[in-house]
Amino acid sequence: MTVLTMPAQPSQDTALRPVPWRRMVWVTWRQHRPTLISVPVVLGAVAVFLLIAGLKIHHDYAVLTTACHSPSSNACGNLNSAFNSTDWTIGNTLNILMQFVPVLIGAFAGAPVLARELETGTYRYAWTQGFGRTRWTVAKLVLIGVTVTAAAGAFSQVFTWFYRPFLAQEDLTVLNATVFDTRGISFAAWTLAAFAIGVFFGMLFRRIVPAMAVTLGVYLGLALATWGLRAHYPVALVSNNPGIGGLDSFNVHDPWILSTWFTGAGGKPANQSVVNQVFALFPHNGAPRVKETLAQAFAQHGITEWWRYIPVSRFWPMQFIEAGWLLVLSVLLMAATVWLVRRRAA
Amino acid sequence: MNVIETSGLGKRYGHTWALRECTLAVPAGHLAALVGPNGAGKTTLMNMSVGLAVPTAGTATVLGGQRAGSQAALDGIAFVAQDAPVYKNLSAGDMLHLTRNLNRRFDRRYARARLDELGIPLKKKAGKLSGGQQAQLALTLALARRPRLLILDEPLAMLDPLARQDFMATVLTAMADDGVSVLLSSHALAELERVADYLIVLSRGELQVAGEVDDLLATHRLLTGPAAEADSCARRLRVIEAKRAQAQAHLLVNGAADPVPPGWEVHSVTLQELVMAYLRAPGGAEPPGLSLVRLTEPSEVSR
Repeated sequence: MTVLTMPAQPSQDTALRPVPWRRMVWVTWRQHRPTLISVPVVLGAVAVFLLIAGLKIHHDYAVLTTACHSPSSNACGNLNSAFNSTDWTIGNTLNILMQFVPVLIGAFAGAPVLARELETGTYRYAWTQGFGRTRWTVAKLVLIGVTVTAAAGAFSQVFTWFYRPFLAQEDLTVLNATVFDTRGISFAAWTLAAFAIGVFFGMLFRRIVPAMAVTLGVYLGLALATWGLRAHYPVALVSNNPGIGGLDSFNVHDPWILSTWFTGAGGKPANQSVVNQVFALFPHNGAPRVKETLAQAFAQHGITEWWRYIPVSRFWPMQFIEAGWLLVLSVLLMAATVWLVRRRAA
Repeated sequence: MNVIETSGLGKRYGHTWALRECTLAVPAGHLAALVGPNGAGKTTLMNMSVGLAVPTAGTATVLGGQRAGSQAALDGIAFVAQDAPVYKNLSAGDMLHLTRNLNRRFDRRYARARLDELGIPLKKKAGKLSGGQQAQLALTLALARRPRLLILDEPLAMLDPLARQDFMATVLTAMADDGVSVLLSSHALAELERVADYLIVLSRGELQVAGEVDDLLATHRLLTGPAAEADSCARRLRVIEAKRAQAQAHLLVNGAADPVPPGWEVHSVTLQELVMAYLRAPGGAEPPGLSLVRLTEPSEVSR
């Protein structure tokens, strides 16, 4: 007699079933819980500090502006120096630290995502499961990327409120290099870009520490280059209205002057020696030697002063331009990362 | 069906070929042992079979013609890489849930029952498990995927003798119960000699011999005779390895049907002798005048 042993019929649980994308939500959450929790929690804690410190600063600023209705008063002077020494120290320090928040997220949350898998060898497990490594990578990048970007975006809104009193008080406008990228949507975009840079170099180097170092360097280089790049965003205007560049006192609505030049009769470039003569009438220190304004003095010589400038009202178009190219850069870096995952395995 | 089929398969890292001209067909239903010294190209061959590495030359298909790394291949092959990588900060239970979430097929009941049997607590972090338990965890997760082919890269290297026995018992049970085919690599043949029924020998990135163990043992013989006749004898036979001890020569030859010269004694070979002969042969100290035959076609071997 022969006994036939048949393999057990696969139960319902073992039959092939689809693995929808949402399964990666649990996977990503479980594997990257420290990152997904710590980034929002740390930013949230700092945001609470900003709210508490901000209430005091807003209060100080309100008292200051009331007292300075008569600018020459002793009270105004005292409050001014107090505000500039204590409140501005906090504000300025935090603004400098703000510049590094995206790159810290990029280095600590972005670089290890894939580099850790490659460093510890667990990619050999992850990439041989039925889900497939392309979908696995895309799901992780999107989920972690969206989380840190959203957290950074919300955080920058709190910082924007916190920082508002300093704009008028410290001769700043929203177009200042270090103010512009802490507000609007650009802070979130920089965070996403830093994350994408971190992830990309993590995959390229397959080592966490080198990837973190290079992320730091590349991000800072990019940020500094962007300070120069913003002047070339296609939003600048040209005007010969003396109201643009001829103001003596500072105002938060002052445009960002990119360049200035002079024309003479018929729109030809002005004679530089004549321009210098006119400027000599308005010494930097001391009263002008003539009754006229600078613009009137130039007009008398048939010279017009021109300005190429970006008005403060162009803040949002500039924000969209900056966030736009950062988003494109981030998507390209993530696509390159996925390509590396598909290509450069083992 | 061939669970793994390669044709002219090669992989180059920089200027070094980790694997060259590998043509191989492993039929289903075997426990195939992939043996060779460290750096022989075993891991490279396995990585290309599971789609982790892209071949520089040639092709690799799995499970009867599926492209390595394709969806069907990922669904049907479970791979446990060297040192059984698990996420050290995840608990055994989390690893189980993770694997379930990442696969189209997963037998949770089997996995739980097996971990229970092994005494691996679900709450314990994978990194805190012993080496043997980590290997068993990785193997359990792989088997719970109900694969048709199980690929294990040096699974026994880190285990003590008792853990090796337990590990192999799990593998053999799965083979008996589910008919899963197994490809297992090792740099030590001894631990596989009793269980493997298919053998693939790699050395220095080249395939030396491949075939069913019974066929290999039937076709290979050890001839002992006068050293003076060794050269003329070797010209007519397919000699894998030749050894001389003063007046006597020992030739390990392939081909059971070839006529034995008069005055020569015939012995059967053990698997160990056969593997060692193939590993020593290429580029080894070759006795002058002896043509050393190396086979790269598995069909030639099993003929």
